[in-house]
Amino acid sequence: MSLKSFGKVEVLYRKNPNSFVLIPIFLITLALFSVSLPGKFFTVSNFSSIAFQLPELGILTIAMAITMLSGGINLSIIATANLAGIIMATIMKSQSLVANLSGVNLVTLAIVVGLSTSVIIGFINGIIISYIGVSPILATLGTMTLLNGISILTTKGYVISGLPDEMIAVGNNSILGIPIPFIIFIIIAIVINFWLRKTTSGLSNYLVGSNENAANYSGINTRKVLLKTYTISGLLSGIAAIIMISRFNSARAGYAESYLLVTVLASVFGGFDPNGGSGRIPNLIFSLFILQMVASGLNLLGISSHLAGALWGTILIVVMLLQNKRKNES
Amino acid sequence: MHEKILEMKNVNKKYGGVNALKNVDFSLKRGEIHCLVGENGSGKSTLIKIISGVVKPDPGAEIIINGEKVKHLNPRESVEKGIQVIYQDLSLFPNLTVAENVAISDYYRGNIKMVNQKEMYKKAIKAMKKIDISINPKKLVRELSVAQKQLVAISRVIATDAEILIMDEPTASLSKHEINELLNLIKSLQKQGLTVLFVSHKLDEIMSISQRVTILRDGNKIGTFDASELDDQKIAYYMTGKTFDQNEKRGTEKFGKKLLEIKDLCKKRNYMNINLELREGEILGIIGLIGSGRTELALSIFGMNSPDSGEIYVLGERVNLNSNYQAIRSGIAYVPEDRLNDGLFLAQPISTNIIASIMDRLVNKAKIFQEDKIKKVVNKWVHDIGIKTDDPENPVRTLSGGNQQKTVIAKWLATTPKVLILDNPTVGVDIAAKHGIYNIIKELASEKLGIILISDEVPEVYHNADRILIMKKGRIINEVFPDEITEAELQEMVIGGEINV
Amino acid sequence: MSSLFKRNEFYLGLIILCLVIFLSITTNSFLTIENLLELFTSYSFLGIMAAGMLVVLISGGLDLSFTATATISQYIMATTIIKYGGNLFIAFLIGAGIGIALGLLNGLLVHYIKVHPMIITIATLNLFKGLLMFFSKGKWIYNFPLWFSEPYDIMVFKNSEGYIYPISLPLFIFIVVLIVTGFLLKYTILGRKIYAMGGNKEAARRMGFNLFALTLFVYGYMGFLAGIGSVAHALMVQTVAPNAIIGKELDVIAAVVLGGASLLGGSGTVIGTFLGIAMVAIISNAVILLGIPSYWYMIFLGAIIITSVSITAYNYKLNMRKEAEIDVA
Repeated sequence: MSLKSFGKVEVLYRKNPNSFVLIPIFLITLALFSVSLPGKFFTVSNFSSIAFQLPELGILTIAMAITMLSGGINLSIIATANLAGIIMATIMKSQSLVANLSGVNLVTLAIVVGLSTSVIIGFINGIIISYIGVSPILATLGTMTLLNGISILTTKGYVISGLPDEMIAVGNNSILGIPIPFIIFIIIAIVINFWLRKTTSGLSNYLVGSNENAANYSGINTRKVLLKTYTISGLLSGIAAIIMISRFNSARAGYAESYLLVTVLASVFGGFDPNGGSGRIPNLIFSLFILQMVASGLNLLGISSHLAGALWGTILIVVMLLQNKRKNES
Repeated sequence: MHEKILEMKNVNKKYGGVNALKNVDFSLKRGEIHCLVGENGSGKSTLIKIISGVVKPDPGAEIIINGEKVKHLNPRESVEKGIQVIYQDLSLFPNLTVAENVAISDYYRGNIKMVNQKEMYKKAIKAMKKIDISINPKKLVRELSVAQKQLVAISRVIATDAEILIMDEPTASLSKHEINELLNLIKSLQKQGLTVLFVSHKLDEIMSISQRVTILRDGNKIGTFDASELDDQKIAYYMTGKTFDQNEKRGTEKFGKKLLEIKDLCKKRNYMNINLELREGEILGIIGLIGSGRTELALSIFGMNSPDSGEIYVLGERVNLNSNYQAIRSGIAYVPEDRLNDGLFLAQPISTNIIASIMDRLVNKAKIFQEDKIKKVVNKWVHDIGIKTDDPENPVRTLSGGNQQKTVIAKWLATTPKVLILDNPTVGVDIAAKHGIYNIIKELASEKLGIILISDEVPEVYHNADRILIMKKGRIINEVFPDEITEAELQEMVIGGEINV
Repeated sequence: MSSLFKRNEFYLGLIILCLVIFLSITTNSFLTIENLLELFTSYSFLGIMAAGMLVVLISGGLDLSFTATATISQYIMATTIIKYGGNLFIAFLIGAGIGIALGLLNGLLVHYIKVHPMIITIATLNLFKGLLMFFSKGKWIYNFPLWFSEPYDIMVFKNSEGYIYPISLPLFIFIVVLIVTGFLLKYTILGRKIYAMGGNKEAARRMGFNLFALTLFVYGYMGFLAGIGSVAHALMVQTVAPNAIIGKELDVIAAVVLGGASLLGGSGTVIGTFLGIAMVAIISNAVILLGIPSYWYMIFLGAIIITSVSITAYNYKLNMRKEAEIDVA
């Protein structure tokens, strides 16, 4: 390689160092599992199952990542998703509505009400954080507890199951061989990426996350920016709920609680700085794919899924140690 | 007893390829007040860090303390040899009591040991008495004013029986009155036998208290001088290698139309009955100490501090400024005092920093960014202001300090303001950069901008403004023209300040 | 006296007092020694861990992995004493030892990786939990040796009618831990250094404090109390299950924060933490005694957390505004 083109690589590295770590890890993971699992890992069916599993975690991770970008965190995403899911399921199981509405209309009504709920929850989070000034960890810790309580109260701890076929189709069917959940996930990733990079309020999210004071002096309405971000985070949690309940064919308080910390992990692994101000959606997608491939590869190898969890933790620690070394060197 | 309490010879320090210090010899005489001056990056802080043991000099350096040769210092040894540093941020613990902060060096050893509360209070009170201050030792430090915090930091040094006290830019965040008290205190410390090394770039302070002055430039020692042989001009020349004409005054210019007019602006507990006008090409100085209401007034003009009553007109049109977004749209820009911390997004690209205040002007009808427009604006400002970078997409973090300053200015000029408010634009800035800023201000005024220059330094407004308003206790108490009075008279008005309308 | 009103503990205490008065009037069973002893015994393991969390928060850190640490300690303790026998002392020794080891690992990582400890301990939580589930295969453990199932009551006191009230070992340990932690934080140099580090880390470095050692101690102490708490928990419920403690990390943090500790470090007291735990315990008890469906417990708790942090944040904002005011003549 000539010196000049090496210089270009260096510039690219400086601008987006995370891609430089994630893409090789992605390729290495892919290669390792493909070799060690001949005919099993690098197959259409395996990728299809990854494409069915990834969207739930993926959408929730985006919901988490955008709040981290603004310098905050949203611990209530899973609780929001569960409550939205419960509300959707309750509507779809309501006797009087089932009798009067067609399947499609019923599902649409349920989804609209469920998503509206999640938007309202996100909005409330935003108000508490931006207008009252509570630290995001504490504010969303509180709403998380409250929402979990409401979920348990409305279901009395039971599972609501047996959803209409139209609903089940959303999470389990494919269009042109691509799972619907995956299509939803990719659309969301593109829209959010577009929002963050190409619109005023999206870019403001980066600015508020890197220096809230400076953003304020620059004429950016930081409160409005945060309010928008937490509202969108709530909405995304609601969309994740649609996929979640249709894949489980049920709704209940406490589903997927272990995902909460995984979304933080996936965001940090994908280059989102917990202190705010940096992170890109494409890198996040690589991060999610790596995590999901590790999970499915280990599963195919017959290794317990719990070890995958341990491995995720280890990967994150190693990545942070490497990043730390890089920081010290520069 | 050696006359030289500290002697350093042949001190070199290389960071990577950069020579932070080159063959510097330095000494402190017992009981003197010695001032260390130099521009940012001249090697001042490296030298202090070597003395306090935080940084090791390159091999070959010789350090002699009290006649005793020291191989190399680490922070603990440096403290044991009686060297104490008060950093600019004071290094206090806001959540602990005054007494605990003063006596905390006793915590150095032993973990399991109990804290002897009685002993601690005794020690703290004794140390505070020595410099004749009385602050309730049970108060938490976070409840104190900046000046009181500084006294606590000094008491802490007294409590350690220090022989050498190093103060790094101690006056940066104090008002004039507080600075005078501090300087008097330092003189009294000297009488008690302490040797003080004072780092500053405020020339009047240097002249008023130090016996000797050492000047550094680009890691070289220019020399050590008796304070009596120096004056402002000489120090500035030695620091920068350039000469500055303090009295470069603007010719009286014809000012254009009325840009800004304020009528009877009032805000409870902020300011009262403010009336002022500003014309195209005019530099209006507002001088007042901290707490005079000057920043609060500026923030009201910038829409960030809604007034209770009164009217603001921009170009003859009444405006209602409820947010700085509206102010920016009306053509008002405000550069905050802490420009870098309150102005820059270090992790974001230079381009994003430049467009941060004008994002809404760079979108199409669907509210989506127009990349070509952004590129044009960014390239224009990078070029016009002269930000040295190979790519405006690099994070601002990668720029030098000077180029970061330029980026902040570019950000505000990109809003194409009619009125530019500068709040203490030269605080914490060394002399060369100061003159750079003055030149920019004058150039902008000649391009028909109206400029409000807020400051607590009399020379700054006296030499740069066309007209000066003096603020005190939330009121404008006087209006003067620099060509009608002397600098000393202005100083007198600011400090004495009778209401004289 | 005026400083008393500024303190968070004062208000928390006041709310608890109101709750206690309300519950004593509306129910017969709340203000009885049996009920209170039982209530605090059942919260003792959380209380023990909360004391560790308090120290971590004061130092400016955060630990989300302590529940996994506790569960690992529990499993190793249980399998060892079932296989090799032993006594109570050995059980606590094993629990504490494993807890300290995992805590030190956290401290090491927090010191060397300069990333918010929340993120680091999320990583170790995943690591610990994954390993735990892999090795334990999620099995529950019931068959404790007989000596482990005996009630180890420490103090027994009688009322006028000769009725005997025992103080259980877990509750006794909780009280001892509170006293020791309080003493450590308030009266030892180590404790003051931890406050200092949480108040201004850079200044602590310049004072020459060994921040590495302090960080190790803080997370090691958290691990130690997680280990002790886990054995106390096993004594109480006589089973070990993978999901009995994991998942309670945010409850513990909530209790400590309710008690006035700040996530920014540098503040918090043992009394506050005790009141925080007491608050959580009393609410859960109230729900049961008043015959309200137990689902309401979380709703109350969530509402109280949101209200209390909102009031704190709002007061802070008002104070900042007041400070900025000028005396206009």
